[in-house]
Amino acid sequence: MILEAKNISFRYGENGREILKDFSLKADSSERVGLAAPSGFGKTTLCKILSGYEKPDRGQVLLDGKPLEQYGSYCPVQLIWQHPEQAVNPRLRMKSVLEEGDQVDPALVERLGIEKDWLNRFPVEISGGEMQRFCIARAMGKRTRFLLADEISTMLDLITQSQIWHFLIEETRRRQMGMIVVSHSPELLERICTRVIDLQKTQS
Amino acid sequence: MKAFAKKQKTGLTLKKSGWNQRQRLLFWLIAAVLFLMAVCIGGMFLDEAAKTTDFSRKNIAPCLAYPFGTDWLGRNMFARTIRGLSISIVIGISAAAVSAVLAFILGVVSATMGKAADTMVTWFIDLVMGIPHMLLLILVCVACGRGLKGVILGVALTHWTSLARLIRGEVLQLKEQQYIKMARKLGKSNLYIAMKHMAPHLFPQFVVGLILLFPHAILHESGITFLGFGLSNEQPAIGIILSEAMKYMITGKWWLALFPGLMLVLTVVCFYAIGENLRKLVDPASAHK
Repeated sequence: MILEAKNISFRYGENGREILKDFSLKADSSERVGLAAPSGFGKTTLCKILSGYEKPDRGQVLLDGKPLEQYGSYCPVQLIWQHPEQAVNPRLRMKSVLEEGDQVDPALVERLGIEKDWLNRFPVEISGGEMQRFCIARAMGKRTRFLLADEISTMLDLITQSQIWHFLIEETRRRQMGMIVVSHSPELLERICTRVIDLQKTQS
Repeated sequence: MKAFAKKQKTGLTLKKSGWNQRQRLLFWLIAAVLFLMAVCIGGMFLDEAAKTTDFSRKNIAPCLAYPFGTDWLGRNMFARTIRGLSISIVIGISAAAVSAVLAFILGVVSATMGKAADTMVTWFIDLVMGIPHMLLLILVCVACGRGLKGVILGVALTHWTSLARLIRGEVLQLKEQQYIKMARKLGKSNLYIAMKHMAPHLFPQFVVGLILLFPHAILHESGITFLGFGLSNEQPAIGIILSEAMKYMITGKWWLALFPGLMLVLTVVCFYAIGENLRKLVDPASAHK
């Protein structure tokens, strides 16, 4: 499958600065594309547009040539947010968070290192790293075709980071899932991705 | 000397009893509920006693047989007070319930049905809030015909505004949360999101708001009855008791106003205690205190 952003322009509000200007991007299922840029260059905004959270002012997001919003209620492009503690409901147990995903494979949950007794806890009772694993599992449901990872490992220790990235690389390769990775760290992108795009260069 | 020092020391420690804060909250909560239930149940049995007149026992000051004294017609003031309070509580509960349901519907409509609905509802809230409570209450009461129905409707129609605002704000805030947007992208329906994600946040707010409406309703009910626009004279409502007592105050019959007044204050305090304690108990931030 090919995820394509076609001549996208975007600004917040009516008079905001144009964050993305005529931006185009094409990514294949077999690729892991890295997005690098300093703060304020629209990395997160681009992720939100690519996964359908924001509508671009001009341009289109296409998945296999078909506009993203025509794919029905489950969005095949899933975004994993930067802050897991904002992406889970503080009043639901972690069990319900997992159930919200699209028939998440139990084997996948196990390989992410999610332990059985975390399932009955509330979000305040587990750590950020543990919560991020749940968020990753939730986003990797059956119908997910593309994964957007927006700084998902910034708050994790190095061992957990490496575990999670190894898992993601292996899993996306196995399921022919495309991945777009956003990070501040060029070393990380170099290590994970098959190709890196520098937003700073393409945008200015 | 030693005993004194020891006493002082225990006085300084924060936990005097073996109870933690949560248990203490629960204790006061249950005590308040029991008191209100006792008043309600007592009121049902004392209906006859509140109305019987007996001129052989008029104007008796508080004593063991008549703890709140008797009035100029020889009616037992204790029975009258309890009966009056139980009427007030029933009015308070029904008015608060109607008001809260109204607030919930309008708040949710305002937050979810687009900009036009929002402008309409907020404008309406401002309109109702802009008119002095008592004035609007009197108008509604008189328009609906005096008596129980008028009072309940009057209180219900004037008290929904603040709760509606609260719920509107809460829903607006929830709608922008990442986990709700995420649920939408995971293909969840509006109904699922409302039940699974929003209800657990809204429910505690709603219940506490509902309970904190009671005391307002009761005070306004007795206020409006005192002014003569509320319940009819035969009913031993607290407002009637107080306004009748006014005439006899100068002749030195202080107990006619003091005890009913005190009981009214106590009832209101009880409702506040229930609402406040419940708010603290359901707040997850204070779950482990």
